[in-house]
Amino acid sequence: MDNGVQSVDYFGQQMVNGITLGGVYALIALGYTLVYGVLQILNFAHGDVYMIGAFIGFFVMVGLGGPSHAVVPVAVMIFIMFAVSMLGSGLLGIVIEKFAYRPLRNSPRIAPLISALGVSLLLQNGALLLFSGSIRSYDTSSFVPITAGIHLGGVTIDGMRILVLVLALILMFGLSRWVNGTQVGRAMRAIAFDRDAAIMMGINVDRVIMWTFFVGSALAGAAGVMVGLVFLRVYSYMGFLAGLKGFTAAVVGGIGSIPGAMLGGVLLGIAESMTSAYLSPNFSDAITFLLLIAVMLIKPRGLLGRRAIVKV
Amino acid sequence: MTIQDPAVKETLLSVEGVDTYYGSIHILQKLSLEIKTGELVCLLGGNACGKSTTLKTILGLVPARTGSIHFAGIDVTKKSTPDRIKLGMAVVPENRRLFAPMTVLENLQIGAYVRGDPDPADLDRVMTLFPKLAERRHQLAGTLSGGEQQMVAVGRALMSRPRLLLMDEPSMGLAPRLVEQSFEMIAELHRDGVSMLLVEQNANMALSVADRGYVLQTGRIVLTGPASELSSHDELRRAYLGR
Repeated sequence: MDNGVQSVDYFGQQMVNGITLGGVYALIALGYTLVYGVLQILNFAHGDVYMIGAFIGFFVMVGLGGPSHAVVPVAVMIFIMFAVSMLGSGLLGIVIEKFAYRPLRNSPRIAPLISALGVSLLLQNGALLLFSGSIRSYDTSSFVPITAGIHLGGVTIDGMRILVLVLALILMFGLSRWVNGTQVGRAMRAIAFDRDAAIMMGINVDRVIMWTFFVGSALAGAAGVMVGLVFLRVYSYMGFLAGLKGFTAAVVGGIGSIPGAMLGGVLLGIAESMTSAYLSPNFSDAITFLLLIAVMLIKPRGLLGRRAIVKV
Repeated sequence: MTIQDPAVKETLLSVEGVDTYYGSIHILQKLSLEIKTGELVCLLGGNACGKSTTLKTILGLVPARTGSIHFAGIDVTKKSTPDRIKLGMAVVPENRRLFAPMTVLENLQIGAYVRGDPDPADLDRVMTLFPKLAERRHQLAGTLSGGEQQMVAVGRALMSRPRLLLMDEPSMGLAPRLVEQSFEMIAELHRDGVSMLLVEQNANMALSVADRGYVLQTGRIVLTGPASELSSHDELRRAYLGR
């Protein structure tokens, strides 16, 4: 091994990469956890919503002239990319809920799970058909110089990573404001705890579930654009592994727990980044699932999972 | 609006000839009852006689197969539960059903859901009614004592400024001392002019606060009348009052 691998700077750099990736995983994990909270179903189409979000961001970028001939300032372009992608993904989430899950609301739990896999395949192959199988590149280096960023000692945090981190934090902060500070957010938690009691309080469950899907899917769309901006590559099967990792992050943190999803995402990102830096990039996907198995063995409810509440 | 003789109160809730079923089991049979504005009416009966089902039917949680339910002059027979709550019903459910992992304040805020954002004046009113809750507003509801949980459940129901408060077995699972407190609270709400339907197994207590009562037996109303009359009724005394 050369000196670079052993240096503190190298470790710091990997940490930054891991946290950035973790922020993306956390945003995906939040969608799983929110939906699981209200419906107790695993929305396995969620990863593909993220993929669609990444494509929406890409096409908005191209539509605005692409990185090299942008018709608007770069900051405005990035803002529009996020806004349109989040809105589009959110609406897609609402449509998926309405057609794939709502009709199965009172069926055995296996039914919506199969429906979810069906939607996932539909979105993947639909994207393949519409956008072709080629890998698109966000090509951000041509509008944000790679050298721009913060230098801390030997660690460089490039502009895009800063943007992604800050935005992920803002979105998570906004989410917790929504969940804790609005009636719809409170209603969502009330439904997660006791749906019948929530109905007795006059809560329109369908409406709240719709909002939950919108918010969760919008976060996935944002994550898709972030991955495009930092890791550049966008393709129709990108949602499969990302979805699986977001799901793993949610379960590691404790499915149904919002802080858990954030923690799980960041842990997963760091674990992957460190593995690929110090062991081998080939193991970085394996470590995700190793972590899942380890946490499930030690804390089956996940790190911040809710203990079963004893009703008095 | 016409000015009415205050002695002739308007009907707030009327249930007419309702039958309900759980699957093929016939529960309520041609059930009719009525509550006028400002009245405290109790619904008495033993285990599994249909008391809770009556309440669920009024709320729309169980569909009425025949008959009709009118609330505040509107036919609500086919309306969903949230729609009925929006029209002014509120419920203190059996076993209270608080949102245990949420704070006292959040539970109260949820109670105001149909009104949009909770009105600070309503919160103040509930906190004045139950000063204990003001102290514990940031505590998780699941960690409160039984009596305090009862206050949250009632306060939560009052947050929507209901025209009719439906109470399902408020004395259940409470220590005897708290049962008494609970009924004092109900009497106080009644004096404040809140219309109430009180579903109770504890007939003694219920009749001591109610204006009128209905007695339910295997899904039928078998007896009705002013509370004072019911509490001296021989058959009822033998069957439910244990005197």
